[in-house]
Amino acid sequence: MDNAIAWILLFPLIGSIACALLGMVNRKLCYPISVLSMVAATWASVETLFQAVASPTAEVSYIFGGWVLDLFPRGVGIEFRADLLGALIALVVVGVGLIVSMYAKLPVEKETPRKEALYYPLFLLQITGLAGIALTGDAFNLYVLIEVAALTGYGLIAIGSNRAAAATFNYLILGTIGASLYLLGVGYVYIKTGTLNMVGIQEVIATNGLHDSPTMQVAFVLIGLGILIKMAFFPFHAWLPNAYSSAPTTTSCLLAPLVTKVMIYVMIRMVLTVFGVEFSFESTLWSEFMPWLVVIAIVCAAVMALAQREIKKMLAYLIVAEVGYMVGGVWIYNYYGFIGSIFHIISDACMTLCLFLATGIILRACKTTHFDGLRGLFSKMPLTMIGFFVGGFSIIGLPPTCGFFSKWYLITGGMVAERWEYMVVLMFSTMIMVVLFFRLIERIHLAVSESGEDLGKGHGDLGLTKEQTTFEEAPLSMLIPLLLAASIVMIIGIYNQEVVDQIELFLAPFNLPKGTGH
Amino acid sequence: MFEDGAIINELLIERLNYIIYVVLLLIGLHAMISKQNLIKKLIGMSIFQTAIILFYVSIAVKDNATIPIYKTEHDPHGDAAKAAVLDLNRSGEETKAFYAPVMLKPEETQQYSNPLPHVLMLTAIVVGVATLGLALALCLRIQQGYGTVEEDELLVKIERSDARYSQSPLAKAKNRRRTQSRNTRKPRTSVKSTKSIGKSAKPLESRDSTKTKKTTSKSNLSQPKKKPASTSRKPRSSSSKVEGSKPTTPKAPAKKASEKTRAPKKKGAE
Repeated sequence: MDNAIAWILLFPLIGSIACALLGMVNRKLCYPISVLSMVAATWASVETLFQAVASPTAEVSYIFGGWVLDLFPRGVGIEFRADLLGALIALVVVGVGLIVSMYAKLPVEKETPRKEALYYPLFLLQITGLAGIALTGDAFNLYVLIEVAALTGYGLIAIGSNRAAAATFNYLILGTIGASLYLLGVGYVYIKTGTLNMVGIQEVIATNGLHDSPTMQVAFVLIGLGILIKMAFFPFHAWLPNAYSSAPTTTSCLLAPLVTKVMIYVMIRMVLTVFGVEFSFESTLWSEFMPWLVVIAIVCAAVMALAQREIKKMLAYLIVAEVGYMVGGVWIYNYYGFIGSIFHIISDACMTLCLFLATGIILRACKTTHFDGLRGLFSKMPLTMIGFFVGGFSIIGLPPTCGFFSKWYLITGGMVAERWEYMVVLMFSTMIMVVLFFRLIERIHLAVSESGEDLGKGHGDLGLTKEQTTFEEAPLSMLIPLLLAASIVMIIGIYNQEVVDQIELFLAPFNLPKGTGH
Repeated sequence: MFEDGAIINELLIERLNYIIYVVLLLIGLHAMISKQNLIKKLIGMSIFQTAIILFYVSIAVKDNATIPIYKTEHDPHGDAAKAAVLDLNRSGEETKAFYAPVMLKPEETQQYSNPLPHVLMLTAIVVGVATLGLALALCLRIQQGYGTVEEDELLVKIERSDARYSQSPLAKAKNRRRTQSRNTRKPRTSVKSTKSIGKSAKPLESRDSTKTKKTTSKSNLSQPKKKPASTSRKPRSSSSKVEGSKPTTPKAPAKKASEKTRAPKKKGAE
């Protein structure tokens, strides 16, 4: 199908409308509709990726409404472009959406009872927005899709408890500031270049020599700041931990792997495709100070993750640290750093998904996500815990998982670019993650009391009842998505070269330095 | 002197819009960050977004230009065109092509202002309205859940509920055990009060037997030391008063314990 790229968006969009309408008739229809539309969107996304790989320019373009004039070969209307990067990210978004939509049945019934007809449309619209961000080739359309994703995200979080509503309010205020700054930046770009098409902007900058234009500098700062707020980069991360830890299970499973990563994709898109490598790294001072901000961000986020006693909060701070990794990979200005950054978007989405799915099952089984509630959990649900460990090992970066390879490229980038501070901080945060996860693994495996005495099966003095330690695996509709996510983490790790080949193909035209960038 | 005047001229007349937009932007940002009231924050947010709309509309302003609707002399659908079409009809030519949009020459487009920023702002206004509506709904929800829309009061309440929610299950179990032991110990120390409260409570709460039972045990927990021989007629209200107003009095453990007994139910509701 030629216009598969448009169908990636249309399937979830139509699905959400169908959910909203048919959900009023019968709430039980929502779940199958959402899974079906996600399956269809995944197919469209795979199709688009193959089309992009097969085409000689390595990209698929679709102009909505066919609005092309001879005067504007880039199109007058909105263009959707899927180059290899966009197609990969769209596939990640839709794939994560598919897995979470399969997982959603029981948690949604339990946590938001009788609201399925409201929940699933928001869920599908969220995926529409995120996939659109990955595919759009229009700077203003990107703003609209960011807001589509953000507004549905607010709804998805706030549909839970009152606590979630209070956390969402902060998210809303900061998210609106971020998106508005981006919008303002797009305005400045438009003044100077007269176009909103991303490639068009790049061409105008190159042909008219706008590298030293103060207007473009202001635009770059505004857009960069807006995106940094939206991606929860360290000083602007305040909205993230509370929102993600108090959200309903399915929501945090969907948002945590995707929203921040998609915003990092937007940053890479801005740096490479819109403003251009030369402008971003040589006309601005960002590559001078951003690695240092990244260092501060990773250290603070990792230490704060260490201070948490709840899995969900801990994972939320881990996301903030991971955002630091990826931003650092971009701003060390190096070929390997970019490979690492893009590969880490993909692998981090998979492993965060894995961890949050497992956390959802833990919350369902133990009624708590506090560390102390995990004691002796391995004897109760071994398969779930294996899924959890795969995600955790990937975050740490143990070899067969994909986290190892992306971190390998990031560290290589830091070394080749002689950004020693970035390299050291990556090692440091890896150590902290080892502490974090082995602390959990100890609790999950061993049923010992605080004083160290062996308590056999784990019940008794721990406040655990007998039923908390007897074997009771999670329901299949939750377990299968988790194991699927865990196996994807392993498969991407094993076939990492295939993914990296595509990323290298994408990065080839940009002439990034393979040695030190300065 | 003259140059000063030029600067003032430039700032106040030529770029007044941009000055106003920056000022509005900063007012909005200030309100969003420093105001305590959530509604005031939202007003700030609206001002912030309106400032950006003003910016976009300002960049589309053009002197001596009109709205981008075909002027008569360029208009393929207007009177001038109609005359032409009639002429053509008479000569028997195809009229359909005549109604297609006409590409203007660059010098002709000078007479129109750029419609694109306005169109973009229509979208941005829609997004802003949606955000504002959602935010107001959230405020309503917060007001219903916490009873306040002042951020400082809200933070105190949230912190308290967070501390309760994120308590370690070990500590919870310990508390539960302590509660149980106190329950078994209590009748010995204040048999009289329990009895009297139970008696007085029954006529008030006799609608639901389980409810009565709960009330009795609750008042049993929170009252024993202060009013050992109390024949209070409203045990429920008095106990709730103690809970609400004096969280750090010596009765705190008792209050905690009473919360623990209700905790499982509450969590389910959340």
